[in-house]
Amino acid sequence: MQKRLLLNSHHLSITISRLCYQLIENHNKFENTVLLGLQPKGIYLAERIKAKLEEVVKKTIPLGYLDITFYRDDFRRRDEPLAPNETKVPFIIEDKNVVLIDDVLYTGRSVKSAMDAMGAFGRPAKVEFLALIDRSYSRDIPVEANYIGKQVNTVLSQKVLVELTEQGKKEDKIWLIDNNKK
Amino acid sequence: MSELSSKHLLGIKDLTTEDIQLIFETADNFKDVINRPIKKVPSLRDITIANVFFENSTRTKLSFELAEKRLSADVINFSSSGSSVKKGETLLDTVNNILAMKVDMIVMRHSSPGAPHFLSRHIDANIVNAGDGTHEHPTQALLDTFSMREKLGDLAGKKIAIIGDIIHSRVALSNVFALQKLGAEVMICGPATLVPKYITSLGVKVVTDIHEALKWCDVANILRIQLERQHIKYFPSLREYSLHFGVNKQLLDQLDKEIIIMHPGPINRGVEITSDVADSQHSIILNQVENGVAVRMAVLYLLAGASR
Repeated sequence: MQKRLLLNSHHLSITISRLCYQLIENHNKFENTVLLGLQPKGIYLAERIKAKLEEVVKKTIPLGYLDITFYRDDFRRRDEPLAPNETKVPFIIEDKNVVLIDDVLYTGRSVKSAMDAMGAFGRPAKVEFLALIDRSYSRDIPVEANYIGKQVNTVLSQKVLVELTEQGKKEDKIWLIDNNKK
Repeated sequence: MSELSSKHLLGIKDLTTEDIQLIFETADNFKDVINRPIKKVPSLRDITIANVFFENSTRTKLSFELAEKRLSADVINFSSSGSSVKKGETLLDTVNNILAMKVDMIVMRHSSPGAPHFLSRHIDANIVNAGDGTHEHPTQALLDTFSMREKLGDLAGKKIAIIGDIIHSRVALSNVFALQKLGAEVMICGPATLVPKYITSLGVKVVTDIHEALKWCDVANILRIQLERQHIKYFPSLREYSLHFGVNKQLLDQLDKEIIIMHPGPINRGVEITSDVADSQHSIILNQVENGVAVRMAVLYLLAGASR
């Protein structure tokens, strides 16, 4: 197995800052914008983005956690069902600008499921998607991110591994792993 | 682990403690789903479920049907009254005919103990036992223990009294299995005629004094007197049963603690439980009904996911 480091802790922090300023460019004072982190790892990223944004815009920005397990299109097509995580959306999405946040954009199916799941909480005015890592040229459906932390070209045998301190890791590290290479 | 150890839910006896915990954790998420503005998820959109009821049911049938619809499954309902069962069709023929219509799961209630087990040996579809005679009613026990867990947290070491008509109750047996797997202590209380002799072999305490049971327990799960299954006299009169085994406010007021009151329904008000207890703040009877939908969604979801 070959492992290549895509982002270390320092780079990740710079990338998150850049993403936050891009969000501020489009959402100004975040008057009608809410953040939705996708379970499981998107929520950690969303928490970091929320903290950074609040530091800059000096106001509280609503953040929710969205679990898409029950909305996935590969249910009964996997060997075993995925364990669901908590969904916590403590606000109404109706007519809000929603920024969906996830760690990796790969086939695009998770984002589609997230948009289906989000529908249970109202009809948003506008939806945008932020992905920390965009695995380009690997989409199954026509979905793209509005905000991208880092774009990488990958092949099927490769996988992006996101390690964050929130998961109990010593430091933040984002890896590109290739199972076919030694 | 995110998969059940079995492709059917025939009884609690066959489940592992990990299975029960997995169902609870999944049901926690479904309880959140059914309290959202839009209470539906698309998980089972390509699944057809037949609810096959050879015995009467209100709560269980409605609860299963709602759980199936909340999961976006296609649902067909069958009840034996007015069906070809009356013309002499066998259980296996009836079910095979239903399955020929491309049905993926069968939820079955039957008056014969072991009917779903028999079926599981002959058909491929997932089977959920919705009550088989006086044997087991696994989803009721799961929703009962899920409701207790919601109130008390971990059930290990908790004291649960099951009171009433034990001999005719499938709920009692499933509850005993579920509670013991979760580490709770179980006491059975009822008139000696309504407590089966074998019950002590399951490692439960047995008493015939309602005061003793209520004093001992954290939760009293009060069961219905099943008059429809009593073909001989097990006690002199309903009035006398109520006098000696009915749970009323006076009895609860005598305790130096508050206990949780449960009942799987339907309630015979004024017989096994008085209205002031059934409707009191200690009663979680309607929570049980709400949790029933979430728990059944979890069971159907996990079984459907494991079927390929």
